[in-house]
Amino acid sequence: VKATKKRLLSRSIVGAAAALCLLGSAAAQETLKIGLLANLEGPFAVPGQDGYRGADMALKEKNGMAGGKKIEFVKVSSDATPDKAVAMTRKAVEQDKVQIMIGPLSGDEGIAVKNYAKTKPDITFINGSSGAQATTLADPAANFYRFNTEGAQWMVGLGEHALAKGYKRTFLISEDYGFPYSQVQGFMASYCAKGGKVVDKAWVPLGTKDYASVIAKIPKDIDALVVVLGGSDAVNFLTQYEQTGGNKPMIGGSITVDQTVLNYKGKRRESLLGTASAGPMADSIDTPEWKKFVADYKAQFKDGFPSPSLFAYLYYINTRATLEALDAVKGDLSGGQKAYRAALQKTNFKGPAGEVKIDANRNGVGTTYITEVTKAADGSFYNKVVKTVPNISQTLGLPEAEFKKMGLGSRDVPDCRK
Amino acid sequence: MSASQWRRAMNSGARSASPSSLPRPTRSPEAGAARRVAAAIGPAPLWSERIGIRPRHLVVLAAVILYPFIASPFFTYQIGAQSLALGLIALSLTFLGGYGGMVSLAQMTVAGFAGYGVAIFGSSSVAAVSLGWPWWLASAFAVLAATVFAAAVGWLSVRTEGIYTIMITLAVGVAFFYLAQQNYTVFNGFGGFSKVAAPEFLGIDFKEPVPFYFVTLACALAGYFVVKHLVRAPFGIALQGIRDNPRRMASLGYHVTAHRVAAYAVAGLLAAVGGVLMVWYNGRISPGTVNLGAMIGILIIAVLGGMKHPVGAFIGAIVYVLLQNFAIDLFVRERFNLVIGGVFLAIVLFSPDGLLGLWAMLRSRLVPTRLSHQKRRQL
Repeated sequence: VKATKKRLLSRSIVGAAAALCLLGSAAAQETLKIGLLANLEGPFAVPGQDGYRGADMALKEKNGMAGGKKIEFVKVSSDATPDKAVAMTRKAVEQDKVQIMIGPLSGDEGIAVKNYAKTKPDITFINGSSGAQATTLADPAANFYRFNTEGAQWMVGLGEHALAKGYKRTFLISEDYGFPYSQVQGFMASYCAKGGKVVDKAWVPLGTKDYASVIAKIPKDIDALVVVLGGSDAVNFLTQYEQTGGNKPMIGGSITVDQTVLNYKGKRRESLLGTASAGPMADSIDTPEWKKFVADYKAQFKDGFPSPSLFAYLYYINTRATLEALDAVKGDLSGGQKAYRAALQKTNFKGPAGEVKIDANRNGVGTTYITEVTKAADGSFYNKVVKTVPNISQTLGLPEAEFKKMGLGSRDVPDCRK
Repeated sequence: MSASQWRRAMNSGARSASPSSLPRPTRSPEAGAARRVAAAIGPAPLWSERIGIRPRHLVVLAAVILYPFIASPFFTYQIGAQSLALGLIALSLTFLGGYGGMVSLAQMTVAGFAGYGVAIFGSSSVAAVSLGWPWWLASAFAVLAATVFAAAVGWLSVRTEGIYTIMITLAVGVAFFYLAQQNYTVFNGFGGFSKVAAPEFLGIDFKEPVPFYFVTLACALAGYFVVKHLVRAPFGIALQGIRDNPRRMASLGYHVTAHRVAAYAVAGLLAAVGGVLMVWYNGRISPGTVNLGAMIGILIIAVLGGMKHPVGAFIGAIVYVLLQNFAIDLFVRERFNLVIGGVFLAIVLFSPDGLLGLWAMLRSRLVPTRLSHQKRRQL
């Protein structure tokens, strides 16, 4: 008797569960899963979190819907290593069965995910914030889209700006990996072409603490330093350069003159004024779109940064492009996502920091902002936009043949010592 | 090795080998006692028992062979194959630490060395560095080079004990990481090598989940049985003796340093094969593959599974890989590492011998009769 009772009970539980499942599926709207890969661990954990915020913002603007379907993010996390990025992308695609994948965050991860994308032709991959040149220039994948511009594009126009300021001979100090190579190329392509000289380059490993040997190598007869270092590396260099009595003006990369550098308290603080740098966005862009973007960010994320970071911005525009193209095809992903990809290719909207669109290689064509460090009324320093350079393609404003002749940025490319 | 395990090893040695071919140490009185116990247990064992095969072995074998036909490609490749490859690397640490008493953090470094070897000798995206040898020559050479490297690391560190061994192998591992990151002529710096795929051979594309799974399975099984055999062979017994009392072994005439260096070389071989599998699995290698986190990951796997038996490394690897993949679905996303850390902490806290210890504890609670049987065998 006891056994039958038990069986009856278990049967009714199974029945109830099945009924619930049926009810659930009938009541729910059609849901579309989109994979979202950024970093929650490793060196980019903090920027990575801001990347998720950017993507969440884009989805919230559309009330969580696109193409008539409810959008659900399947969030996965990497630790900035390409291995982990591919493993987590594979998990989202093969295990969680997402049909669209957004991510990853950093350059080498981007190249690895692009290579994985080739093995999954039925899935569409959209970049998060990675900015390696090679992702879309060397052996691109037909199903990998990047709506943001990359490291080299972010520096276009800074070369002319440096020459206009009278910096004819410069010395370069930069971290030794892919992203700074691209940044340096973006700067030097136009700088060298217009007659500037980079007399020597010092490549230092990421996370270098002691810059004495580099500082000793800086020649006397230069007009300025080109410093392409990030975060604490930049502050360490600045402190040590000041201690040895250095007084040359600086030109910075896209992530060099950030809040850590602007809040620098050393004696040479005043000499930071006028430091030029460039990037795909700037905190002080004076357009209604940007101001609305910043206001929305602040309203949505009480625990976020004082103002959206580069990563929030890049994930935002890529996610928004993903969703707008879904709207355009009314959520139709059939037929190997052909219609959807055509819609992606045609996507063109006015983002917070200028127009967002892609070229034939599926890479962003966008605006670069040239900024200079300026003193605000309250005495704090900020990056003031001094020039806007629109419509920068991945060939850095050069004809394609000429760009191909130069090749991708590396330690020795480009070169203009004499 | 505890006294009881020593006796058990002696016990099976006495069972499987004829008296004339018995290893030297078994002439000790303890071994004699073990043989007497073995004789007292009952009639002569079955053939299957004589070569150490029990029903549970066949069940596990059938399960791992059938697994890829039941599981999805994702589970076959990312969970199954990765666990086996990582388990093989962790097995090298289990062998070194559990049987040799030397905890080396450099096992991932040895694996990475082999992985870099495959990329450098074979073909990769960096044509300027890669030599383009055929895959079998490149991988064989990579394994050989990594084994020599492991022996060199061992030779450096065997003169130290305990925490100093950990420190010196940690130093070697971190030095290799920075070398790989900053050297561009051989290691291609930060970017490393990509497109180092598993080969196509005999018309089978080993990049595909199922063939690749069987390659890792074959390597893992081979590694497992090599270790199982070795720890009962004279070399393994001597190694365990050295672990328990090096001075006594030295006075008995054993060359302590040579045995330890040889143990490093054997462990290096296992790790190197695991490293080749890892680079094929990822299709790429860069300094991130051999960074501090990866080195400690191997230690976590070995400790998690339990270092008292070679199977612990694979059990640890399965749990580790499952957590790495699915912890993010279990809990508040931003804090998923808390789950991973919490599970590790709980296992180590409740069972110092890892999951194997937990299993033994459970079994002793649930099946008291078997316990008594086992106890009798161990006594």
